[in-house]
Amino acid sequence: MYTTDLRTAEEKAKAAKDEIKVAEEGMAEFQARIDRDEFIEPKDWMPEGYRKTLIRQMSQHAHSEIVGMHPEGNWVTRAPTLKRKLILIAKIQDEAGHGLYLYSAAETLGVSREELVRQLHAGEAKYSTIFNYPTMNWADVGAVGWLVDGAAITNQIPLCRCSYGPYARAMTRVCKEESFHQRQGYEALLEMMKGTDEQKKMVQDAFDRLFWPALMMFGPPDSDSAHSSQNMAWKIKRFSNDELRQRFVDATIPQAEFLGLKIPEQIKWNEETGHYDFGELDWDEFWDVVKGNGISNDDRMNARNEALEDGAWVREAAAAYAEKQRAKSKAA
Amino acid sequence: MTSIYTNGDNPHFQYVLGLGDDALILGHRWSEWLSKGPNLELDIAASNLALDLIGQADLWLSYAAELQGEGKSSDDLAYLRDTHDFRCHWLTEQPNTDWGLSTARMLMFSVYQYIRYERLVNSSDERIAEIAKKALKEVTYHRRFATEWTMRLGLGTDESNRRLQKGFDTLWRFVPELFETTAWEQELADKGIAVASKDIEAEWTEVISAILAEADITMADTAGKRVIGSRHDGHHTEHLGHILAEMQFLQRAYPTAQGATW
Ligand SMILES: [Fe+2]
Ligand SMILES: [Fe+2]
Repeated sequence: MYTTDLRTAEEKAKAAKDEIKVAEEGMAEFQARIDRDEFIEPKDWMPEGYRKTLIRQMSQHAHSEIVGMHPEGNWVTRAPTLKRKLILIAKIQDEAGHGLYLYSAAETLGVSREELVRQLHAGEAKYSTIFNYPTMNWADVGAVGWLVDGAAITNQIPLCRCSYGPYARAMTRVCKEESFHQRQGYEALLEMMKGTDEQKKMVQDAFDRLFWPALMMFGPPDSDSAHSSQNMAWKIKRFSNDELRQRFVDATIPQAEFLGLKIPEQIKWNEETGHYDFGELDWDEFWDVVKGNGISNDDRMNARNEALEDGAWVREAAAAYAEKQRAKSKAA
Repeated sequence: MTSIYTNGDNPHFQYVLGLGDDALILGHRWSEWLSKGPNLELDIAASNLALDLIGQADLWLSYAAELQGEGKSSDDLAYLRDTHDFRCHWLTEQPNTDWGLSTARMLMFSVYQYIRYERLVNSSDERIAEIAKKALKEVTYHRRFATEWTMRLGLGTDESNRRLQKGFDTLWRFVPELFETTAWEQELADKGIAVASKDIEAEWTEVISAILAEADITMADTAGKRVIGSRHDGHHTEHLGHILAEMQFLQRAYPTAQGATW
């Protein structure tokens, strides 16, 4: 803007002071609302940091839904029965729906879906590292439902009470579908465990490969997690990464035992704590995968970019057609 | 290798098998679009089409298995037959080269399926009538979807018009096969069980030419084009073999033991 500021230095200083005062009062009132467990809505005042954190978290979540379609999509054309094929297509369709839903929830914070997608494709935005692991055999599809959707639920159930209204409501709806996916995935594995030795081997193999990366879905250990305390105060996060991870392990190991799987040796029930000990995760591997060195990082991004590029002419045509229709109805 | 199912044997079974195979293979082609669509909304739309069609296939093939009377399931029919025993139309097998071709094929085939189901609703075979009634609702939506996209692409940009036209041009050669009518199909039609394919050609041509004229797409003249080979003798384009190689991989590589499933 080219308006000239004609105020005196004194006037300017006073105005600046007033702004800070307003911001401080706003911040206190904002925190008080959160402490009273009120929902913050899109039109409400919010600190810039809160807005930015939410955009980052929600878009990362949306991107994960979308990129997550690929490892499962990898098996759609090879699903072993009509029933499994239908279940898998419907699940992936749900994930696309979650992505759409989360992008629109993020848009309430003043950022467009196009911009968020651009960030993903430019490699500026992250998505869950789990999707940079390949789905190698059919049991991986069941294991993704059981473990990956399972970990997602553990993460997201507390977010149904997140302070930002649109995100909390999105999570309530998404969680319902994720628990359905989790049960379907587990049921598919139960079925395979009743089958031939080859089928059982597939399930064990899928569990062995995907269990540890699923634990990493909760993010780095609390000892080096950057954003936690402010996010806790803002009720964007309600439990620490390690707490959620432990909760997931405690729920999952009995399920793995029920399936009849061999449990890794380092996982042991601890009488004293009433939890399973599972030792240290390979955080070097985690950071390597974050940086792009996972087996499937490049494949995932190439697939996204290909879909975007190949579809450009279709989106242009749809826009041009809509424009022509608008012009036509105006002229009429 | 020749077909296990001799052209004309157990015609009732073979007719229903053909209805199922069309839905199965076209549904499979739509499932290939998943996560590759031009945007998320179209990923969702493609999966809806796939879900509807594969769901229909399951119903038709279950009934076909009953008519066959060998104690097989819809999965046995879908996963354990080779190309020469498939009865789908060649149009359904063609690969998704781009959204233009997939749109062209869906317009051609959903209009075809719509007219066929609309008549099968009155089949003297109650089971056929019942499945057709359910499927007709879904195909009504498919036909609308395909028509809308034909308009968008035909009238959108020069490029979209060119690509859609190319899709239609590629597929015209499979149109005459849609209306081939065997003597046994005619007999089933005379009994009120089936629809003779040749009887729906005029309506199909009328509907398609009206839509294409509005969408600025040129229609090819297929009159008098002879069809060499027949799906009823197990003849197909080479693409079907590749679909089956992928689709049937697990069932073929890991036959399950007695009672075990997936
Ligand atoms: Fe999801
Ligand atoms: Fe899910």
